[in-house]
Amino acid sequence: MTQGDPQIGKSIPRPNARRLLQGKGRFVADKVLPRMLHAAFVRSPYAHARILHIDLAAARALPGVVAVYDGPAIAAQVVPFVGILTHMTGMKSPPQPALACGVTHWQGEPVVMIVAQSRALAEDAAGLVEVDYDPLPPVCDMATALAPDAPLVHPDLGTNLCWERRIDVGAVDDAFAQATHVVERQFVIGRHTGVTLEPRVCIYDYDGSEERLTLHYSGQVPHMMQAVLAKHLGLPESHVRVIAEDVGGSFGIKIHTYGDEIATAVAAKLLRRPVQFAADRYESFLSDIHARDHRVWARAAIDEAGSLTALEIDDLTGIGPYSVYPRSSAIEGNQVLNLTGAPYRIPAYRGQLRVVFQTKVPTCQYRGVGHPIAVAVMEGLMDDLAAVSGRDPAVLRSINLIADDAYPVKSPQGMLFADLSHQACLTRLKALMDYDGLRAEQAALREKGVHRGIGLVSMVEITNPSPAFYGVGGAPIAAQDGATARLDASGEVHIANSVTEQGQGTETVLAQIAAQVLGLDPARITVTTGDTATVPSGGGTWASRGAGIGGEAMLRAAQALKQQITGIAAAILQCDPETLDLANGAVVDAQGQARITLQALAQMVYYRGNELPPGLATELVATRHFRVEGMPFVFSNGAMASYVEVDAETGIVRLLGHWVVEDVGTILNQQLVDEQIRGGVVQGIGGALFEECHYSEEGQLQNATLADYLVPMAGEMPDIQIAHVVTPTRTSALGAKGAGEAGTTGAPGAVMNAVNDALRPLGGQISQMPMTPERILRALGIIEGPLHDEA
Amino acid sequence: MKITLTLNDELISAEVEPRQSLVDFLRALGLTGTRSGCEHGVCGACSVRVAGQVVRGCLMLAVQADGEVVETIEGLTATAEIADLQDAFHRRNALQCGFCTAGMLLTAQDLLLAQAAPTRADIRAHLSGNYCRCTGYQAIVDAVAEVAQARAAR
Repeated sequence: MTQGDPQIGKSIPRPNARRLLQGKGRFVADKVLPRMLHAAFVRSPYAHARILHIDLAAARALPGVVAVYDGPAIAAQVVPFVGILTHMTGMKSPPQPALACGVTHWQGEPVVMIVAQSRALAEDAAGLVEVDYDPLPPVCDMATALAPDAPLVHPDLGTNLCWERRIDVGAVDDAFAQATHVVERQFVIGRHTGVTLEPRVCIYDYDGSEERLTLHYSGQVPHMMQAVLAKHLGLPESHVRVIAEDVGGSFGIKIHTYGDEIATAVAAKLLRRPVQFAADRYESFLSDIHARDHRVWARAAIDEAGSLTALEIDDLTGIGPYSVYPRSSAIEGNQVLNLTGAPYRIPAYRGQLRVVFQTKVPTCQYRGVGHPIAVAVMEGLMDDLAAVSGRDPAVLRSINLIADDAYPVKSPQGMLFADLSHQACLTRLKALMDYDGLRAEQAALREKGVHRGIGLVSMVEITNPSPAFYGVGGAPIAAQDGATARLDASGEVHIANSVTEQGQGTETVLAQIAAQVLGLDPARITVTTGDTATVPSGGGTWASRGAGIGGEAMLRAAQALKQQITGIAAAILQCDPETLDLANGAVVDAQGQARITLQALAQMVYYRGNELPPGLATELVATRHFRVEGMPFVFSNGAMASYVEVDAETGIVRLLGHWVVEDVGTILNQQLVDEQIRGGVVQGIGGALFEECHYSEEGQLQNATLADYLVPMAGEMPDIQIAHVVTPTRTSALGAKGAGEAGTTGAPGAVMNAVNDALRPLGGQISQMPMTPERILRALGIIEGPLHDEA
Repeated sequence: MKITLTLNDELISAEVEPRQSLVDFLRALGLTGTRSGCEHGVCGACSVRVAGQVVRGCLMLAVQADGEVVETIEGLTATAEIADLQDAFHRRNALQCGFCTAGMLLTAQDLLLAQAAPTRADIRAHLSGNYCRCTGYQAIVDAVAEVAQARAAR
């Protein structure tokens, strides 16, 4: 791309991490605006209840309380929102009020909003609100939610079924009838949540004089929020500005429309003052979206040669009372249906998905979105097939993984895969982990009563989505991103991009791309992201699209700026622009000789334009957009292994090692890619071993504190070794695929397979996550009876 | 109530409500490097040093800091006491969103002051009260181990 030092691929540290290391982060809760008020919410104590009466008098009378709103008061100011994507035919979900109106549908749903001079005062006032409820029957168990006599979450819909989908391709029944081996299993993937260390937080600032709303936003999708706020608060989009500076973790939690945040916007608009809402941890557990909560029955068949002949899955998932706006809550199940079996050649496939309403916290997209389930199910079946056919699990995978030179390949589900490298990744993984050596160690230790297991997975990850994901369904979510590159008079470059930073290193890799094209030290490049007033419009950060889509836009913008610079330089130097390049902060000729520095060129353009030829185009700023065309998604792929030891007396799992080989296409900054993978692996391990939202039969969340909800901590986590196979995507010049969700996609299945590999000689099998010690001991038949926590 | 304390080398007096937590008090003074994550003493984001001990700013009331020496990430940055840890965290990308980072740094420094040559397991155990959702911890362990070795070699 240029003859300067290569910047793409370098593991340079993130310049924007410096301030975070010195306690100088710029998080929303750090911001204090003049006359800012604070919100607190009265939330439903019941999973399902009719609101009979609300008494706000005592709360309103408390000194320091500025306003108190109930559901109808907020609803009068908001155009209702409905979380349906039109391309998912038949999906149902009612309009969701910002605050409950008449009926509450989950424990934690906001019912009354208090706005006061401090959060403490607002909480005091919340304690003075009296609400009379008439409890209604909760709908907790998704398995019984579809029974004819089940109570309905929304009687007007006449059903608790939000959406269903069936796929039936090939002669599935014949294949199972003729198979050499068939295995089947019921998987249960628990409900868990994102637990961003920074809870959801927002400040809405409304300037009544200009009727302009500014959101200080902790989230991933500024432009989507701009569109959502404009539409539902009745403002022109140009009057809504969304600014995201530092975001304390997001992982999908902060890309949704939350009623309490919309109510905060309404309060700011009505009061014409800044209003902050900062959720506390208890509110986070009761109102951040949850995820997963799937029960998947699955079976698969192989022939005599070990080749897969058929796969069938039936996924039942509970999403709470509303499909969440605007992305919908049916995507996760849809991705389970679409991705199960993706790495393999499978001639016949049948899938059924049912998405059901419950009276629990709404679920929606969270890191990995369906992938961890698809991987755990398929890879669990692969290990069962290996065991029943007497094959090594790695060998059975080698037999069935689609050959690396066979792409493009269309799956039975209609997914189009290209530029993947499953075989190479598995081969590399086996070498990285010393697969044969570990198998020998495992066998030797079994002789001594030590139960170790090795779990393998192969996986794909949806990245770089095209408009096929959301835009076609009517959601205000851009599939394209935009980038601007600008040369200033100082000779320094400023870039802006619509993808956002939550610590993954977006700004760093964007600067690396621009630096390489422009032959500049990345330290001379300043980056702006996260502000709808100053960056080009675009989709933001989700579905592992920042590097691939935002990065390609950045590449094109930088190339366009380079053309402007060399065009101006050619006029100054009286030469052909084609002979010029950029390196080391200067325009260089074909011999690599510096002819004019970028600073000298820029100063001539900005300050002494009189020295330039008349009529010369002197733009030193370029904006380009990019979207993926020709493919609905750009898939990345990888292989992963987990090595565990299970204590057969306590059921405790010790993580001994974890290995990942990932193909993310062109690597922009290897350290940042590796750290995305490591963090994702640990997040996946959380779901596999620890994390679960426990509900009582009444629909009460039993563990809504960080003391009760277990997350992975440093002590239990293994070191994670990572290697790469590089197959650039041909959908872009940059060649980058996404990397952000790979770890979370594969880790749960790898750990579950490793645990089952350890349990197999003991005659036990576990198919439920998280794999708590209690569940492992039940799988071994050591303790019996119903689980204490099932609802 | 009026309290007087030494905060990052400055003697200050302040009027506080008895119910105000130390972390909320510090943040109200603009020392926002100390953060509230769980308000339950579990996550470690609010870690500060009081009388030389790393404590949870959410479990201690501001009034309990009366007469104490309180140090935060801003203070440790100003004195350069943890500059090597901050540099190592930076080079190793031992932070992503940065919300846990102040607590991690204070807790890591606490370990290194007590133990010159901690093993990786020691480091993991000592940091086990600090929640990080982003990194998976390995980079943090690497950075702390690197600083332990560098300090031991000095």
